[in-house]
Amino acid sequence: MEKPYIIKQISIFSENRPGRLAAIAGALRDAKINIFAFSIAEANGFGVVRALVDRPEDAHRTLTELGFRVSFTEVIGVKMRDEPGGLSEIASILGDAGINIEYAYAYSGKDGAVLIVRVDQVEDAIRQILGHGGELLKASLFR
Amino acid sequence: MGCWNPSIEKMPRKDLREVQYRLAKALISRIYETSEFYRRRMKEQGVRPDDIRTLEDIRKLPFMYKRDLRDNYPDGLFCTPRDELVRYHVSSGTTGKPTVVGYTRHDIENWSESLARAFSSCGLGRGDVLQVSYGYGLFTGGLGVHYGAERVGATVLPTSVGNTERQIELMQDLHTTAIACTPSYLLHIGEVAEKMGVSIRDDTDLRIGILGAEPWSEQMRDRIQDWLGIRAYDIYGTSELSGPMFTECSEQQGIHIWGDLALVEIVDPETGEVLSPGERGELVITILQKEAFPVIRYRVGDVTVMDEDPCACGRTHPRIRRIQGRVDDMLIVRGINVFPSQVEHALLEIPEVGRHFQIVVDRKGALDTMLVRVEVSEEAFSDKITDLMMIRKMVEHRLKSSLNVGVAVELVEPGSLPRFEGKAKKVVDRRSI
Repeated sequence: MEKPYIIKQISIFSENRPGRLAAIAGALRDAKINIFAFSIAEANGFGVVRALVDRPEDAHRTLTELGFRVSFTEVIGVKMRDEPGGLSEIASILGDAGINIEYAYAYSGKDGAVLIVRVDQVEDAIRQILGHGGELLKASLFR
Repeated sequence: MGCWNPSIEKMPRKDLREVQYRLAKALISRIYETSEFYRRRMKEQGVRPDDIRTLEDIRKLPFMYKRDLRDNYPDGLFCTPRDELVRYHVSSGTTGKPTVVGYTRHDIENWSESLARAFSSCGLGRGDVLQVSYGYGLFTGGLGVHYGAERVGATVLPTSVGNTERQIELMQDLHTTAIACTPSYLLHIGEVAEKMGVSIRDDTDLRIGILGAEPWSEQMRDRIQDWLGIRAYDIYGTSELSGPMFTECSEQQGIHIWGDLALVEIVDPETGEVLSPGERGELVITILQKEAFPVIRYRVGDVTVMDEDPCACGRTHPRIRRIQGRVDDMLIVRGINVFPSQVEHALLEIPEVGRHFQIVVDRKGALDTMLVRVEVSEEAFSDKITDLMMIRKMVEHRLKSSLNVGVAVELVEPGSLPRFEGKAKKVVDRRSI
């Protein structure tokens, strides 16, 4: 019952220098792939671009063919109330259940706010969120 | 494996050194008499044949370099009358003039003897069919191996280079059991064979590869052996020494250098100081019994390590390890000699990164810095920054322990590093002195 909520995020290795994000974004544009959300994690000299896109398999193939180092990571998208306390609610559910957030990023769109979370125990997290009446993005959105 | 000349190959080390001394002494006396070049060189160095009283005294003699060969083109270094020569070989002159090597009948005999011992030590002999896919002609590879193989009683199939499909057909029809060629050509043969629907492993009798004339690695050996189902042996030599002369034995633990034919020294490429066994440096060779074209303390330019420990095969002669690079590629970082090939070998052992790399040397204040740029492999790429940082730390650690000098590692995108061999692109030296 958890599977429909596990979303494939694409992660792309990137050197930390001008033009790299433009190269990745340009490749996705040319393949007509839409980006819902993305974040950049950076370390000394390199970074990882993480993105939720409408066609993850196509994005993976396109970027790999262009020579990028790409991988899939399983994440979940939790809908939040777009008002004070929205994030706190979700974070508390996970925290109380002892589920550690490895990283997270968020976007606020026309259908409300979404928190994208990478956790160590993804199935547990889904059960906890649903059990507390939370709502998750369906993986079927990303084909 | 069978020993071709056991009384020499298994001679006690002490006796071998005595033989080497006697031969070196005779050689030096002879060339002092017959060669104007050597006589002048020795006089400049202030050393006479009488000064050679121990084997170590050979260190009093000056080194010989490739440029000495070029400067005396074509035959200024020959020490015998021209009518005693039975053959010439000529090395390709990619930079500058080619070099000409002449051989007396005795020189050819010794060259063949050297390879006869080598081939026997790899288990090659009577009953074997050796396909010689080295080039025949001015290059020493084809004819050198040819004579050595005939000496041990193997049947030679002199295919030379090229026409790979025909090579594979003949390999099947004439039941080739061994092949001598470059490792990359053997891989090519394997690929072409597969396209023809022939499995070298299952559809041929091939069991031995005598591979050399270009740098290769242990990883390449593993690949060749696993894929083709053969034993692959490293062969070493250069035209200045005669040609290919030495191979590994069946133990595959270094190349046996027959001490009665060649005296090996390993020197610091910068200072010329003789290094101890186990230390990495430049190979220096004296061919002890050469008549027409002797080389004395010749700086070959190849980097290796000498091993004087007795080999498990029972042969007592010293061994050199697989050639690890060219002296011309050497970098000096904080006073430590670093060869790009060391970086390459270390990286091959680390599956988390690709085999391509670039070295950037710079100077911060008075201190040299060395940066090695590598690509994360597809399997190892993780979305987690901490995993990537750990890979970087691990590579830094592994490089430091193999180079003996601190290295910073930078992870770069795949495809961003130079793909072609050569120092020009693999090493960027930004130090301005």
